Amino acid sequence: MKIIVPLKQVPDLVEDLEVDGSGKALDTDDIKFKLNEYDDHALEEALLLKEEGAATEVVVMAIDGDETDKMLYTALAKGADKAIKLTGDTPHDTHQLAQAFANAAKTEGCDLILAGVQSVDDRDGQLGPVLATYLGLPCISAVAGVKVQGSSVLVNKEYAGGMVAEFEMDLPGVLGIQAARQTPRYAPVSKVRQVQDSMSLATGSTGDLGAGAGSEIASMAPPEKSGSATMLDSAGDLLEILKEKGVI
Amino acid sequence: MGDILVVTEHLKGDFQDITFEMLGKAKELAGATGGKCLALVFGDMKNKASELGAADAVIAVGTETEYNPESYAAAVKAAVEAKSPSLTLVGSTSMGMDIAAPVATALGLPVVGYCCGISNEGDGFSFVSQQYGGKMNVVTNVSGAAVALVLAGSFPAEAGQTSGSPAVEDLAVSAGNGKVRFKKLIEPQGSDVDITQSEILVAVGRGIGSKDDIELAENLAEALKADVACSRAVVDAGWLPKTRQVGKSGLKVKPKVYIALGISGAPEHLEGMKSASTIIAINTDKNAPIFDVAHYGINADLFEVCEEMLEELE
Ligand SMILES: Cc1cc2nc3c(=O)[nH]c(=O)nc-3n(C[C@H](O)[C@H](O)[C@H](O)COP(=O)(O)OP(=O)(O)OC[C@H]3O[C@@H](n4cnc5c(N)ncnc54)[C@H](O)[C@@H]3O)c2cc1C
Repeated sequence: MKIIVPLKQVPDLVEDLEVDGSGKALDTDDIKFKLNEYDDHALEEALLLKEEGAATEVVVMAIDGDETDKMLYTALAKGADKAIKLTGDTPHDTHQLAQAFANAAKTEGCDLILAGVQSVDDRDGQLGPVLATYLGLPCISAVAGVKVQGSSVLVNKEYAGGMVAEFEMDLPGVLGIQAARQTPRYAPVSKVRQVQDSMSLATGSTGDLGAGAGSEIASMAPPEKSGSATMLDSAGDLLEILKEKGVI
Repeated sequence: MGDILVVTEHLKGDFQDITFEMLGKAKELAGATGGKCLALVFGDMKNKASELGAADAVIAVGTETEYNPESYAAAVKAAVEAKSPSLTLVGSTSMGMDIAAPVATALGLPVVGYCCGISNEGDGFSFVSQQYGGKMNVVTNVSGAAVALVLAGSFPAEAGQTSGSPAVEDLAVSAGNGKVRFKKLIEPQGSDVDITQSEILVAVGRGIGSKDDIELAENLAEALKADVACSRAVVDAGWLPKTRQVGKSGLKVKPKVYIALGISGAPEHLEGMKSASTIIAINTDKNAPIFDVAHYGINADLFEVCEEMLEELE
């Protein structure tokens, strides 16, 4: 069984985020990007499935951009078998991103696509369900736990309050991964360097990106500060508040 | 102006809060333009249509009652095709995520995610979406029909909680193609501590940095006679069990005092704790969204503050 994991970089939220001159987009000049954390979980789940013998091949793919090579080599260092860098037109929203991955997945072929359940900027819907729609495949989101059984998978879908629903889904299909069964592994820098010297990235095309989201951002701004929080200076002040509230 | 369709959500025979939050909002939006507020119900939930009095009409589809990503999406698509609503509201929930984008994409309609604000705008609607973990609000204006994913807790549920006897109309839909099958529900595991009952919670986030440092929070909790709770990031890292998780996919808590240590305040976390009576946040990022819901905040390193508190408490 062959698994594709589409990877995407998102702004690191630890950074100070600012809106650019257009008033409609992030100012990306000074911010750091990192792998979407749910994509990392999707990759981990794919690698676990391979290690337990349920999958034979794990292919990662990403759109060409800053630091894409490093991200793809890191995925190879973690254990992915093949990494594809997609060049061509740059997708501008989740729909176009999904279209690019759908085009590449059709060329590559696979039994299962594991996508991160969401990302911090997917305004026009999450990647997995849009990708599945373009490919005409079934899709289940918010998945934590995947078991392969022949030509189907048994998955745990998380509901609210810790409740979980078990579903069976025929392959091929798409899953939106919320959490892998274990914390995503780490690839040491030395291993990434070694892979960079010994393996190369495959290339592919983003292809025809289609019409996209069908809606555009009118404006972007940080939420208005409610200003309701009283800012305290010290632990002592905080203890006073706790005394007032009868905690201590 | 057209009608507004609300895709109801239910679990174990009960409509979920998000259903009423969306109904209240839909009623308001439809009322302003003379459209109708329609509620879509699945399977046996039709028998509880009287709880959906806020809707002008209930549309019942004969799917299996138990949620199924595939058959529900097919039924919603059929309902949108049959009723051509100007707006379809779906919860930004585990279930809604499977439905909104596939239905909209298949019908060529725009879909807007993470909506915390919706208003009538010209011939269409204006949506406010929470992006970048709550650090940016993004406005999208749509002039034609659209599908929106509504964040839980954005609109008051009371506005949609009217009982009554809305007209119920059955809508025949195909069963889908059977590629996804529901097997069973798995109840949450039991726990030594039920954080939904705790009066005081010391909640830790990724800012605590490592499993070993959880001990600091435990010490503080002990000194304050509090219980330890956490964000999802801490559970996914394996530092605390799932039973301690607060938020969208964890537990909803309402303690007297909630102390958030190194928690950014992503919308999914706030969903579970924003109605705590007193919220105290300690975070090194002065722009962390947690400060928007907190009553008291300290913009500082959590280790320094906690250690100082522990010293003084001794
Ligand atoms: C479908 C779905 C469901 C989800 N359900 C939940 C849920 O139930 N509960 C939940 O919590 N999340 C949930 N999430 C995840 C959510 O989106 C966030 O990723 C998560 O809440 C982030 O956790 P955090 O605040 O601990 O980590 P981060 O967002 O990484 O924040 C860490 C914070 O610590 C601060 N910090 C770092 N070092 C220090 C220091 N020394 N002192 C003080 N502050 C410091 C940083 O400034 C930052 O603000 C869900 C996501 C999805 C997609």
